[in-house]
Order: sequence, then structure tokens, then C-alpha cells
Amino acid sequence: MLDAYLDFIRIRFLTMLAYRINYYTGILIYTLNIGVNYFTWKAIYGDGDSLGGFTAVQMTTYVAVSWMARAFYFNNLDREISSDIRDGSIAIQFIRPYNYVFAKMMQGLGEGMFRFLLFMIPGMAIAMLLFPVQLPTAPSAWAGFLVMLIFSFLINSQINVITGLSAFFIENNEGVMRMKRVLVDLFSGLIVPISLFPGWLSKVLEVLPFQAITYLPGSVFTGRVQGVGIWNVLGIQVFWFAALIIPMILLYRAARQRLFVQGG
Amino acid sequence: MLYYLGLIMEYFKNYMKTRLTYRADFWVEVISDLLFQATNFIFILVVFMHTDSLGGWSQNEVIFVYGFFMVPYAVFSCFVNMWNFSERYIVKGEMDRVLTRPAHHLFQIFLENIDPPALIGGLVGIIIMAISGGQLGLPLEWWTIPALIILTLSAVAIYTGIYTALTSLSFYSDAPTGILPLMFNIQNYGRYPVTIYNRTIQILLTWVIPFAFVGIYPAALFLQREEMTGMALLTPVMGAVFLAIGLLAWNMGVKRYKGAGS
Repeated sequence: MLDAYLDFIRIRFLTMLAYRINYYTGILIYTLNIGVNYFTWKAIYGDGDSLGGFTAVQMTTYVAVSWMARAFYFNNLDREISSDIRDGSIAIQFIRPYNYVFAKMMQGLGEGMFRFLLFMIPGMAIAMLLFPVQLPTAPSAWAGFLVMLIFSFLINSQINVITGLSAFFIENNEGVMRMKRVLVDLFSGLIVPISLFPGWLSKVLEVLPFQAITYLPGSVFTGRVQGVGIWNVLGIQVFWFAALIIPMILLYRAARQRLFVQGG
Repeated sequence: MLYYLGLIMEYFKNYMKTRLTYRADFWVEVISDLLFQATNFIFILVVFMHTDSLGGWSQNEVIFVYGFFMVPYAVFSCFVNMWNFSERYIVKGEMDRVLTRPAHHLFQIFLENIDPPALIGGLVGIIIMAISGGQLGLPLEWWTIPALIILTLSAVAIYTGIYTALTSLSFYSDAPTGILPLMFNIQNYGRYPVTIYNRTIQILLTWVIPFAFVGIYPAALFLQREEMTGMALLTPVMGAVFLAIGLLAWNMGVKRYKGAGS
């Protein structure tokens, strides 16, 4: 049975490899994103040394690491699921002997692995050449970051699956998907680190799952959080991973009851 | 011409019918549009909590630029929506259907995907411009409104040119995930004073993917920023050039199209 799921990873990886042209342009565009953010922050810093606990170099590193982490954890599971729902092919997938949601997550992982090897690593190398990025040297920071990156992927994919399955209840969930994309980018701390938000807003964001996707791993990797802090961050990620399984299962169950095919 | 106007009416009626089927989604979409704008707005507010000026531009000026930016973006997202082009028209083969009809293919595709709720964002943009412009004490000259219309249309032409050219790439490589979503983040950077970026990025945002012409340059005209007036007046030219590039790329792509779906 596990073999079948591993095949989902493998097949998606190979599919991505077949369409790899996109990713060369993708690396350029991500580098441009990092560059623009870097210069925006440089203008904001002006002559100052520190903003919201970040030094200018830490901010550069944070921006680079966050965008590159996004290259890994980002996927379109929400869009895939809702188009499966809309064209009715989900009915066939429901009667197949595997768990639909789990299979989707595995496909997402295959895509993530592709992006990690062909997108994130070369992209990071380019970013390091162009901008004053300072990566940690301690092996524990790297090991910790990799583990956190996997949780970033899991939590982001869970949010995507939940958004995708919502198409069962609001048939055309284009708006919800767009809203989710924007919310995740802003509230995960990709665009602005959460410690820079006004006090009340950062308090709100600290009890939401989004910060576990970008902000927390990024903070660890830029050296803002050290020692015991790493375990706290990991704890928060594990908590959200576990907590998000519940709505996923509930939605999936309710969806199987509600299934009506709109076309196909 | 009359024929095309008639088509617009028919497509609009069709749009209304599908809308009435998916009623709840209409409001979700309007809210999600505004929320997207709100997040960018939050970014500006957060930035100015930590600094007084961004490359010599004050908070109200940056907000004004953002207000302007929302207007052409709203018009563009209403009439030119190509997000799912590759999946819908190439992979599923709907392009065949479009090509067998007498009206221009690009025109049909635009019409099939019109999205009127997006226009609400433009309305909000005008309100933002009015408020921040009022606070800055900007005068309302005789040319303000006509210039606003011309610059908006030029900016829409730039958007259309860029995205049409990029979409026509899907005639060459039918990849499932396009570069359009990646581009999406970049267009936002045209709102910020481009002078804060280094030379390469300035050139890129001005001449290669000219998103600076959909935000900061045209808005500078109303803000009476003399250093950018020349660029602002260049906006219609850039609009014409990039629209032409987009259409050319599209027509070349269509020639290469071979039906793929069933």
C-alpha cells in the first residue's frame, strides 16, 4: 500500500521534470522578488540598525530564506482539488483504493522535492551571490531548518487541501482560493516579518497557523531564535500540523456525503 | 464594430446567468479582491510605522500611488483574465472551438472570462486617491480627469501586453503551472518609488517588464513629482508598444497551435 503512495511522489516528480522549462524562469523571478524586497527593506532601514529585532543583514537573510522556503512549500493542491471536484473526476478517485487526501499530499510532496532540488537550491546559490545573505554555520541550525521546512510544507499543504475541499460547499471557490493565497503570503510573514506588525496584529497572528509556515522557520535560520527556542518553534509547528488534521478529516467526511457531480 | 459591441452584450448576459447560479461566490470574490488590496495597504502602513519616508516619498504619497495603481489593475482584471488559459484552452482543447468562430480569437477569450466584480477595487482606488490627494493638498486641474483616463488606459494596455505575451508562451510549452502566478508578485513592486532599487532592477521594471508604468510613473504626474514627469508622459507610448508586442506574440503563437484535447 505504501508503495502506491511512494509512486504518487515519484510520478509527480517526473511530471514536474518533464515541464521543467517553467522553473528556469521561476528561479529568475524568485531572485527578482528577493532583490526587490531587499532594496525596499534597505530603503526602509535607511541609516537605522535594527527593525523589529532584525538587523539589516538578518533581514536580507530572512527575505532570501523565506522566498526560497516558499519555492519548496508552495503548491497548487487547492486548485487541483477544486478542479477535480468541478469536472467530476473526483468521483472516480473516491472509489479507488487509496485515501484521496493522502494521495494529494503525496503528489504535493513530489512537487516539493522537485522544487527543492531544481528550484530552491540553485535559487539560493544565486541569491547568495547577489545579496549579503548570511547563513548559519552550525549543523544543528541546518538540520533544524530542514525539519521545520518539512512542517512548513505539511501545514501549507493542509491549508491548501482544506481550501480545495471547500469547493464541495461553495461550488465555485475561485475567490476563496485567491483569498487564501494572499492571506498565506501576508500572514505567514513572507512579505513582512510578523514582529514588525503593530502589537495587536502580531498578537492575533501568533495564534494563527500561518506564522508556522514562514516566519518561525525563518526566524530560527536567521539566528534570531536560538537554543531552546528552536524546540519551541518545532513544538508550535507540530501542534498546528496535528490541529489541522481535524478540519481536514471532517471536511473530507462531509464532502463524501455531499458529493454531487456538476459535469463530466 | 457594432458586431463586437453586440457580442459584448451577449457575453455579459451570459456572465450574469452563470453568476446567478453561483451567487454566494460573487461576494466572496469581491471581498477577496478587497482583502488582497488591504494586505498591500497593511504593508504600506507597517512600513511607515518604522520609517518616515521611502526613498524620499511620504506615506500619503505612497498611498496615493497605490490608489492609482488599483484603478488600471481593476480594469485589467475585469476585461483581461488569462489565469487558466493553458488548462482551459490548450490542455482541454477549447481553443479549437474559439478558432472556428468569426470574431477575433483573443477578443473571444477575453470576453469569455470577464470579471466585473474586479471593478469595485478600482472604485476603492479612486476613493483612496481622493482622500490622500486631499491630505496632500493636490489641486484638481482641468487636465486631471482626462489624464487619469488616458494613463489608466495606457497602464491597462501595458498589463494586457505583458500578460498576453506571457500567455502566448503556452502555445510553445504546455506546462501545467505557468509563470503568470510568479509574475503576479512582481507587478506590485511597480508601486514603490523605483529609485530605491538598484540600476538593474530599475531598468527591468521600466523597460523589460514595465510595471513601473502602471503605478509610480503615471501617479507621479498627479503628485507633481517633476523628476518623473517625463516618464509619466511616456506611459501611453509604452502602452502602445507593449500591447503591440503582446498581440504579435499572440498571433505568432496561434499559428503554431495544434489541437490537443478531444
